Amino acid sequence: MAVAVQGAPSKGSRDREPRPGLVERFKRSYSKHWYAYVMIAPVVLVLGVLVLYPLIEGIWLTLTDATSLNSARQIGVNKVPASYNFIGLHNYADILWGPGSYDRFWSHFVWTIAWTVLCVCLHYSLGLGLALLLNQKLRGRGAYRLLLILPWAVPTFVTVFSWRLMLSDGGAVNTVLGALHLPEPGWLDDPLGQKAAAILVNTWVGVPFMMISLLGGLQSIPAELYEAAEMDGATAWQQFRHVTLPGLRTVSSTVVLLGVIWTFNQFAVIFLLFGNGAPDAQLLVTWAYRLGFGQQPRDYAQSAAYGVILLSILIVFTSFYRRWLARNEQANG
Amino acid sequence: MSTTTERPTITVPGSGIPKARPAKTRRRGELSPLGKALSHGALILASLIALFPVLWIVFISLGPDKTDYLHPGAILDKMTTSNYSTVLFDTDFFTWFGNAALVSGVTTVVGVLIAATTGYAVSRMRFPGHRPLMWSLLVTQMFPIAVLIVPMYTILSTLGLLDSYLGLILVYSTTTVPYCAWLLKGYFDTIPVEIDEAGRVDGLNPFGTFWRLVLPLARPGLAVAAFYSFLTAWAEVAFASTFMLSSDKYTLAVGLQTFVSEHDAQWNLMAATAVLIAIPSSLLFYLVQRHLVTGLTAGASKS
Repeated sequence: MAVAVQGAPSKGSRDREPRPGLVERFKRSYSKHWYAYVMIAPVVLVLGVLVLYPLIEGIWLTLTDATSLNSARQIGVNKVPASYNFIGLHNYADILWGPGSYDRFWSHFVWTIAWTVLCVCLHYSLGLGLALLLNQKLRGRGAYRLLLILPWAVPTFVTVFSWRLMLSDGGAVNTVLGALHLPEPGWLDDPLGQKAAAILVNTWVGVPFMMISLLGGLQSIPAELYEAAEMDGATAWQQFRHVTLPGLRTVSSTVVLLGVIWTFNQFAVIFLLFGNGAPDAQLLVTWAYRLGFGQQPRDYAQSAAYGVILLSILIVFTSFYRRWLARNEQANG
Repeated sequence: MSTTTERPTITVPGSGIPKARPAKTRRRGELSPLGKALSHGALILASLIALFPVLWIVFISLGPDKTDYLHPGAILDKMTTSNYSTVLFDTDFFTWFGNAALVSGVTTVVGVLIAATTGYAVSRMRFPGHRPLMWSLLVTQMFPIAVLIVPMYTILSTLGLLDSYLGLILVYSTTTVPYCAWLLKGYFDTIPVEIDEAGRVDGLNPFGTFWRLVLPLARPGLAVAAFYSFLTAWAEVAFASTFMLSSDKYTLAVGLQTFVSEHDAQWNLMAATAVLIAIPSSLLFYLVQRHLVTGLTAGASKS
């Protein structure tokens, strides 16, 4: 009980004692930490039942040829048992280098990577720019902030629906472009237009989160640092480079990681903007959903295999990213 | 200052003539008039871009015909609230609204509560399984919906939770809780440990400390977590349309889809419904917005 609250949260390694037997260890750990276990129990339970178990089941599905035609299902009052077979890693092989794998997987893969990089860069740079503007002493700062967070505060499917109306042929965007004698691309029909439209809308949706997080980061940088820099005759750019950016490092590393994860798995924007159309603009995640739910027969196995591939990419990325961060931290002291 | 070269003819009074290094005389953080004007200009432009799509859908929702979005100019002459009365009185709007409110309300309360206890445990206590738990909270956010939705469907149907509010609430909790726990852990880290120690000296057990001392101090973090949870559940489409089968259980996001079928797309009704859906979440947003900056950043700064 005495150790239930320890000083200094987030201090890494515990000192290791020689390990007693498993049961004994479990007992000791239980009597020592039962407060903690009670507190995390609901989350562990819900995540275990509704995430871990489905994940294992999903991974198992990828090793079969399950579709909606051979899965357990109910027709009227008759229960049809599942009749799919174990086929090993065939699904993965088929996705990665089977016939037509370029159109089915690699083209979406390249587009997903390009989409993630572009969107996260745009989110971060625009978010940082706006946060810097908002961090100045300006009249009406609160009002600007309120308006700028709106894209985040209004439900995505409302705003994406509005964008869909605005981007349609003869919609608001092309009317404005036409009035300015600029080309009017088919935002929702033309393959390149679709991609541009998706990035545009997602940027609009994603900037506020970055802006707010970075604004908080800016406000937590002590003013003395800037005063000291000014004393030393640092220019505005030097202050930005040597005070602002290092001061934002921790916030940035987290929001960029979250941004990459969320953008990579961005389902709502693409799905609501194009529905089942626009095959070229489908990300891996929407493509996987489409295989599993947007076609007949529904290909559960391949859909889940796409999901597992997506998850693996993200886990690999995250561990490299964190290692890179740790190394940077060491280098910068 | 180099930006002035792009608009050479416009001179802001007082800034055209370079005073001998004005930066020296100004207090830190104060801007030259030109800098101020440029900042205001950029912020006004950005605010317009942020606001426009929201205003646009309000405007479209006032046009009575389903093709009016193609001729927005014509709406000005025939503005009417007929879409709203149709949606409110001739559809199941109130049923959907009630369902969505119930599901997202319970998701918010339950999700934030269990996320808070987890966040507190992870922030303050060192226990075996601490690091794996943090990792799994992060990894859970990476799960694409496509891997989970089929097995989730199977499990919910085994548990008899398909087409039930509880099932949907549990599913939503799995999406909101990992991020909320992560965010709240960051917020609890900013609250001094001395507070917990004081609570212990006064004879409170860890639950009492958490409930009576730490939670009240964590209000900004809780507000942001609650808003995030509500918004996620309020506007979710994919799970709701897969798991809610009977039309009297539809949430708003699913009900909205019924206006668009293959034969007939009633964009005007959809626009009006979309506006109605946005109202409650905007109200909630207005209530929590002053906590947003502190709440969100704490979640990002220590992890």
